[in-house]
Amino acid sequence: MHRGKGMKFVGDSRVKMNDRMPNIPKDYSEYPGKTEAFWPDFLLKEWMVGAVFLIGYLLLTVAHPSPLEGPADPTNASYIPLPDWYFLFLYQLLKYTYVSGPYNVIGAVIIPGLAVAALALAPFLDKGPERRPSKRPLPTAFMLLTLASMVYLTWESVAHHDWEAAKAQGVITDKDLGLLPDVEIDETSPGYEIFQSQASCIGCHGGDLAGGTGAPMLLGNELTAEEVAEVIKNGRGAMPAGVFEGTDEELQILAEFIASLKEKE
Amino acid sequence: MLNKIYDWVDERLDITPIWRDIADHEVPEHVNPAHHFSAFVYCFGGLTFFITVIQILSGMFLTMYYVPDVENAWKSVYYLQNEVAFGEIVRGMHHWGASLVIVMMFLHTLRVFFTGSYKKPRELNWIVGVGIFCVMLGLGFTGYLLPWDMKAVFATKVGIQIAASVPFIGELIKILLAGDAEILGAQTLTRFFAIHVFFLPAVLFALLAVHFIMIRRQGISGPL
Repeated sequence: MHRGKGMKFVGDSRVKMNDRMPNIPKDYSEYPGKTEAFWPDFLLKEWMVGAVFLIGYLLLTVAHPSPLEGPADPTNASYIPLPDWYFLFLYQLLKYTYVSGPYNVIGAVIIPGLAVAALALAPFLDKGPERRPSKRPLPTAFMLLTLASMVYLTWESVAHHDWEAAKAQGVITDKDLGLLPDVEIDETSPGYEIFQSQASCIGCHGGDLAGGTGAPMLLGNELTAEEVAEVIKNGRGAMPAGVFEGTDEELQILAEFIASLKEKE
Repeated sequence: MLNKIYDWVDERLDITPIWRDIADHEVPEHVNPAHHFSAFVYCFGGLTFFITVIQILSGMFLTMYYVPDVENAWKSVYYLQNEVAFGEIVRGMHHWGASLVIVMMFLHTLRVFFTGSYKKPRELNWIVGVGIFCVMLGLGFTGYLLPWDMKAVFATKVGIQIAASVPFIGELIKILLAGDAEILGAQTLTRFFAIHVFFLPAVLFALLAVHFIMIRRQGISGPL
C-alpha cells in the first residue's frame, strides 16, 4: 500500500521475514477473515471498552473514598502493620517458620528472587515452538501453582488480620486535626514537672497530655483531684494500678494539676 | 488547510511512515473482540496503558496540593481530601488506579504467558514487560508512603526491613531508600517522593516506549 506524499518509503516497520528469524508471524493481510484498520475503526471499539471500564472505575472511586488514617507516628510501638493488598502474599509468606527468623533470607530474598527471575527468563526456559498451554504442561503447571499459592497466601493473610483493631488504630482523632480543647497548661507548676518525669504517664497519655493509643486525653477532663488520685492509685479500664513512682505528696500535687486541666467555659 | 500543513511537515520530515506505525495498520481478526468475544483478553494491555495515563494525569494534579515533608504531608492530603473541590475524586482515582493497574497488568502478563506470546522472536519484549511490572510494584510501594499516615509508615517500615535482609547489599539498599541507617522519617518521605514522582516514572516511560516500539516492529503474535 502506497500512501506516501511524494516520498518513496512508506513502510511497514515490522521486522521482515528472513533466515535469522523464521518465527515471524504472517502478514496481517494473510490472516483469513476480517482484519480491520486500526485507525479509526478498531480504535473506536477499543475506546468503547475503555469507556465501560472507566465507568466501573469511577463508580468505585465515588462509592469508596480512598482511605486515610491518622498522621504517622513512627514511635507508636503497638501499631499492627499491613502492606497494600498486592503485597499481602509476600507478607504472609514471611510468617511461616522456615522462611522467617533465621531463615528470613529464604522468604524475603530467595523465593521472590527466583520467582521474578523465572518469570523474566520464561522465554529461555520454555523454548519449544508450541504455544498452546495444553501443549507445554510444565510452564502451565508452574504458573498455575504460583497463582494458587499467591491466592492462598493472600487469603490466609486476610483471614488472620484483626480488621476491627486495624480500623480502630487508624482512626483520625481530634488531636490529629489540631482540635484540642481550650485548656491552659501551667508548664511551671510542680505538678507538670512530676507528670513529665513519670515515664508511665507520658508513655500513654503523651507529653502533650493529649492522650494516645488506648489512653484518653487528660486535657479537658471532668474529674476532681480526689478522683484523679484514685484512678492513679487503683487504675481504671486499660490503665494499670500502682504505676506511679513517687511519694504520696507528689501524687497529690500531680492529681491536683491534672484536675486543674479544665476546659474554659 | 490541515492537509496543507500536513504536506508542509511531511515534505520536510517524512512523517507518513510514523503515522502508519501509530495509526494506519491493520488489526488481525483473532485479537478483535467484535469478532470473537473471548478476544477481550487482548484488551488487558491497552487497559493497563489507559490506567497508566490516568495515573500520570491524576498524579500531576495531586502534586499541585501535596507537600512532601513530614510536617505538612498528612495535612495536605487531609486538606485535599476534605476541602479541595473534587480533590476526593482525583485522589480516589489515583488510589484505586494504583490497584487496578496492578490487576490489569497481572491479567495482561497471564494472557501473554498462556498464549505463549513471549516465544521467539518476542523474548526481549517479554523481559521489558517484566521490567515494567517491577517498576509498577515500585511505584505502588513508594506511593503508599506519601500520605504519611499510620498504615503508610508501618507498611514502609516492614518493606524496608525486607529490603535490608538482602545479603551483602541489604544495608546499602536500606540507606538508599530511607536516607538513614536507623530512622524512618523526613529523609525517607522526600526520597520516596522523588523516587515516586521522578525516578520511577522516567524509567517507566523509557520502558513503555521500548515495549510499544517492539510491538510495532514485531506485530501482534498470531492466533494459537
